[in-house]
Amino acid sequence: MEASVGVARPRTAPVPALRLWDLSKTFGGQKALDKASLEIAPGEVHGLLGQNGSGKSTLIKILAGFHAPDPGSRLEIGGANVALPLAPGEFRKRRMSFVHQHLGLIPSLTALENLLLGRLAEREAWAMNWSAERRAARALFTSYDIDIDPDARVADIAPVERALLAIVRAITEMNEAGGVGAGLLVLDEPTPFLPKRDVDRLFQLVRAVIAKSASVIFVSHDVDEVMEITDRATVLRDGKVAATIQTNAATKADFIEAIVGRKLAAMTPPTPPAVRGSSHAVVHNLSGGTIEGFSLDLAAGEVVGVTGLIGSGYDEIPYLIYGAREARSGTLDIGGRGVELSKIRPRDAIRYGVVLVPADRANAGVIGALPVADNVTMPTLASRFRWWMLRRRAMTAEAGEMGRRFEVRPADPTMTVASLSGGNQQKVVLAKWFQMAPKLIRLDEPTQGVDIGARQTVFRHIASAASAGAAVLCASSDYEQLAAICSRVLIFAAGRVIAILEGAEINKEAIAERSLAGSFA
Amino acid sequence: MTDSAPTHAAASAERVAHAPFVYRLEQFGLIIVWVLLIAVFGYLRPDTFLTWPNFSTILGSQAVLVVVTLGLIIPLTANDFDLSIAFIMTLSSMLVAVLNVNYGIGIGWAVIAALALGVAVGLINGLLITIFRIHSLIVTLGTGTFLHGATLWLSDSMTISGISPSLMNAVIVDRLFGVPLEFYYAIVLAALVWYLLEYTALGRRILFVGRGREVARLSGINTDRIRIACLAASGFLGALAGVLYAGTQGAADPVSGVTYQLPAFAAAFLGSTCIAPGRFNPWGATVAVYFLVTGITGLVFLGFSSFIQEMFYGGALVIAVTLSQLVRGRQEQQF
Repeated sequence: MEASVGVARPRTAPVPALRLWDLSKTFGGQKALDKASLEIAPGEVHGLLGQNGSGKSTLIKILAGFHAPDPGSRLEIGGANVALPLAPGEFRKRRMSFVHQHLGLIPSLTALENLLLGRLAEREAWAMNWSAERRAARALFTSYDIDIDPDARVADIAPVERALLAIVRAITEMNEAGGVGAGLLVLDEPTPFLPKRDVDRLFQLVRAVIAKSASVIFVSHDVDEVMEITDRATVLRDGKVAATIQTNAATKADFIEAIVGRKLAAMTPPTPPAVRGSSHAVVHNLSGGTIEGFSLDLAAGEVVGVTGLIGSGYDEIPYLIYGAREARSGTLDIGGRGVELSKIRPRDAIRYGVVLVPADRANAGVIGALPVADNVTMPTLASRFRWWMLRRRAMTAEAGEMGRRFEVRPADPTMTVASLSGGNQQKVVLAKWFQMAPKLIRLDEPTQGVDIGARQTVFRHIASAASAGAAVLCASSDYEQLAAICSRVLIFAAGRVIAILEGAEINKEAIAERSLAGSFA
Repeated sequence: MTDSAPTHAAASAERVAHAPFVYRLEQFGLIIVWVLLIAVFGYLRPDTFLTWPNFSTILGSQAVLVVVTLGLIIPLTANDFDLSIAFIMTLSSMLVAVLNVNYGIGIGWAVIAALALGVAVGLINGLLITIFRIHSLIVTLGTGTFLHGATLWLSDSMTISGISPSLMNAVIVDRLFGVPLEFYYAIVLAALVWYLLEYTALGRRILFVGRGREVARLSGINTDRIRIACLAASGFLGALAGVLYAGTQGAADPVSGVTYQLPAFAAAFLGSTCIAPGRFNPWGATVAVYFLVTGITGLVFLGFSSFIQEMFYGGALVIAVTLSQLVRGRQEQQF
């Protein structure tokens, strides 16, 4: 299938809207893209798929002018050769427009103000004719069969309407830019937080766009969506094009095989849990956020992974079992005590021996402006206040000792955390919590932004905390990491567990397959 | 990630090489400038400026401003602003006067009532901020303005004099080494606030809440309770400043306390550039108050009229903070 790209096309074929070939990008010796190619026909919806790290986002960022590709990479738009790298913002002149997952809307402003955001930033005119702009916006929304009040604040409209607004804005900006060609709209994962029926509305809009002979690149993790909306799809794997697929001639298994790189194993229903040690922490019927009715029985010393595609809710679990996010219902049995999860607060959880290593290190994990010693001793302050004095010198010495144990470099507890590298910051977070000999440890993306060396250290500390008797629950989208540290992996879709992998069944590909398969069985 | 290691090592090496001198300079810069200021005024006006009565007046009369500033830095450390503090101070001094003079209530009870009022207003501020998630600037601006109105109402917009002399004795008449007792009260308070912020677990928690509220919450700290307590503390210290003010003047007037608002903020921010640079700290705040007052007194002795006061407060704050930003290489200011 790959052979169909980049070689002579039949003469009758129209000039492609966009053609990329020999596209490579190297980051510090690592090839994120390796002679990848992509061809988008006019009026086509073209899917772009691949696992995390396959090179999808690098490719999109090259088109947006954010990354410069390696020399030798080639780009043609509407048949005309375009010099790479593209300057930032040059995509506008080339009639390209991007909608990223976070949409780029300002929630506190109205739909109309958001719609005009780009234009207002550039326009020199003094006065605004608001009533004319409002009429124009209404007409625009109606032309796409969308019902958004131009004066409604974006924060108050439904998530799907926000996505629609962002797409309409991108189309408008694309059309206003002028230049040759029918335009190319890049939708970079616009759907993961939308319910199914809302995705259909978004697809209607996409169809309306291509009806005007523009092309669409649709980046997604979700095979079902790609199969529903695209004409063709390009699958990236390890920076190379693994396949270019004619969508209507392919099955879901073909897609998953191309993404994961091996044949799809026969799907099995969730396996019953194997015999484990006595239960140590039990979650009953947890609901909150996206998660519905989640139960889990954890043994001491066990490391359990939770994963799924973005939007499946797995990453909310660590926060729900802590009171960091409010749960609707559910209980946690730990240390012979039943705890109502809808009422739990972080300080209660800590008292029961439940700790959390959050993914958002900068805002929730460490206080960058304060020294390592202050950060590490945060949860155990009370025990360090003796004889009416905070034992500051002892705290610094102890923090230094902990820093050595957790291999924090440089080993100076008076340095601010912000001056440490990501990996060392994460070691500070681990030291902060693991010193308390917790019963239940929840981790969310524990090695995000952590370099290779520190990653191993983090794994080792997780393993040693587990062997010291803690149960560990790790949420991650890094399948390789889950395969490395977990003895059980639960896979989520739409807030529910859809598959469980145990022991020898666990490997990166198996986790990827089950995640991509969704509710498909 | 891998290429961040060398830059990081370089940064830490640089820190070791340059930090001590720059840090010391920052730490004691304001004190050095203060001493220089005294030397210059002393040289220019040796007969009037460099006299013990002048110094004891400066030390005594500005104790009220020190107390207001100390009150401010507690919620500021928790990253909350208390704009109502000067209004609490004015109302508290007025309450002492009204209860003592108009109603003949004993001065001890009047003082207790004023202090209780300060704590109550602080609690109300804190509850409004934490329960309804309103920014502290808005809440305290509202309560402060409300209290100002209440003060005018309570006093009928008049100055009330004739407060029991025992309060004046305890505040300004009795002296130790020729300096009014209120100076020592302020110093003792500064020491207490320093102890609180530096040597108690609560003080650390206040700092954590101010610098990383979400981190603090996830670390099991009751952030709401701490913020409420900080505002109650600033309410208490504001009220205490009002009591001292009533004792200094022997009277209460409904407006002049308000003029303490901006100087107190100026001193709090200026103080955060010295002693413990980058943090609100009581000794820095105390030094800042006396630095500002020394400058103003000296300039008045040189013949400037009182307009110089506001200009010096404002100018000194902006210049000092600018200099301290230059010293630390213009990183985003964070308190």
